[in-house]
Amino acid sequence: MAQEKTITLTINGEARRLSAPANRTLLDGLRELGYVDVKSGCEKGDCGACAILLDGKAIDSCLTLFWQAEGRTVTTVAGIGGANNPHAIQDAFVGAGAVQCGYCTPGMVVATKALLDANPDPNDGEIKAGLSGNLCRCTGYTRIFTAVHQAADALRETGGGS
Amino acid sequence: MLPEFNLVIPDTLAGALEAVAADDAVPLAGGTNLLVDMRARRAGPRTLVNLGGLAELQIISRGDGHITIGAGVTVADLLLDPIIAEDAPVLRDAAKLFGGAMVRNVATVAGNICFASPAADLAPSLLALDAEVVLESAQRSRTVALADFFEGLRQTACRPDEIVTALRWPVLPAGSVSLFQKLGLRKGDAITVVGVAVSLSAKNSACTRARIALGAVAPVVLRATAAEAVLEGEALTPAVIEEAARQAVDACSPIDDIRATADYRRHVVNVVTRRLVAQASDAIH
Repeated sequence: MAQEKTITLTINGEARRLSAPANRTLLDGLRELGYVDVKSGCEKGDCGACAILLDGKAIDSCLTLFWQAEGRTVTTVAGIGGANNPHAIQDAFVGAGAVQCGYCTPGMVVATKALLDANPDPNDGEIKAGLSGNLCRCTGYTRIFTAVHQAADALRETGGGS
Repeated sequence: MLPEFNLVIPDTLAGALEAVAADDAVPLAGGTNLLVDMRARRAGPRTLVNLGGLAELQIISRGDGHITIGAGVTVADLLLDPIIAEDAPVLRDAAKLFGGAMVRNVATVAGNICFASPAADLAPSLLALDAEVVLESAQRSRTVALADFFEGLRQTACRPDEIVTALRWPVLPAGSVSLFQKLGLRKGDAITVVGVAVSLSAKNSACTRARIALGAVAPVVLRATAAEAVLEGEALTPAVIEEAARQAVDACSPIDDIRATADYRRHVVNVVTRRLVAQASDAIH
């Protein structure tokens, strides 16, 4: 019953392979490969902690099977930027104090990246829609909204830069 | 952790239809219902047939007086598509309030219908548009009215060897307005407490066609046909609208649950039906 298959995909610009059974989620496969910046939360599509970009589109990796990512391109939050090369979105989250416990932050940054790629100057309603799949239990979202606005301003000033 | 299963990833619809005919095989589209149910051990099919790669199912088209959307069309696709914006804004309005952004990016319209939840967000709008469901198996193709497709709580007319491949509905005549309202405990990522879709066509100040569809107030999303009959052929005076709203309440058989009481749901159906019919009527004239 437990079929295994070797899946090849691109993760944060690198070609990676993993032999996985059919019931392995993309979330678990990514974490097994060491991408532990992708967080496991509700595992039912409510919280967005496991959000990644699949071919540029934000999705919940807990509701995607690893086999479905065959040949595709995954970007995790660490692929957007890190401590040594922070993306403008990450700078804005730090600068605005949009992080408390931090568990939702990887998913928030990923969803913000997808939002700003599609809409460089979102209003509050558009930010709400863009982050509607990400739950934060600490901050109350006010500073997260501030961070998204600041990131959008910074990216437009630098001509995108993402 | 998901239970074990076989995963078939066909390249063509014909391959998918062949695979789904196997014993205990079910199609997998966005997975936002099925995988959640499997993780919770509410479902445990032996084989999943992935529809994700099938380009032929990802089409939104207008022709022969109908709009057709393939089974691979996602909720997010509805929000971006110019045909939907122009000819089915009532479906777009429902899509806006569907789940969260990541769920909208993968959840399909057909999947929302196939799960036949009483709270399915897109079902009231599709019923109000007179949508039909296209079902295909390796042997045959058939079309079922959406109102008949819903057979009971999470039960549909789709047979085990069939896949829903498309939904279609007629382009509405000029002088038509369709509106949707969802009541939830919050605006984003919330399960529907009550959903109401109204679609009216009128000519010379008389209503020629009325559709009222109600979500989350019965085991299935349903049309309030007695309420529609009150409106059709009439000038939409406040008294007529009031009576239609009363009939819509009579079509409901809601339950008490953690989100609302049955009484509250009936009250909301009355208020929202009255409001949407009045708004649609005003918008036409």
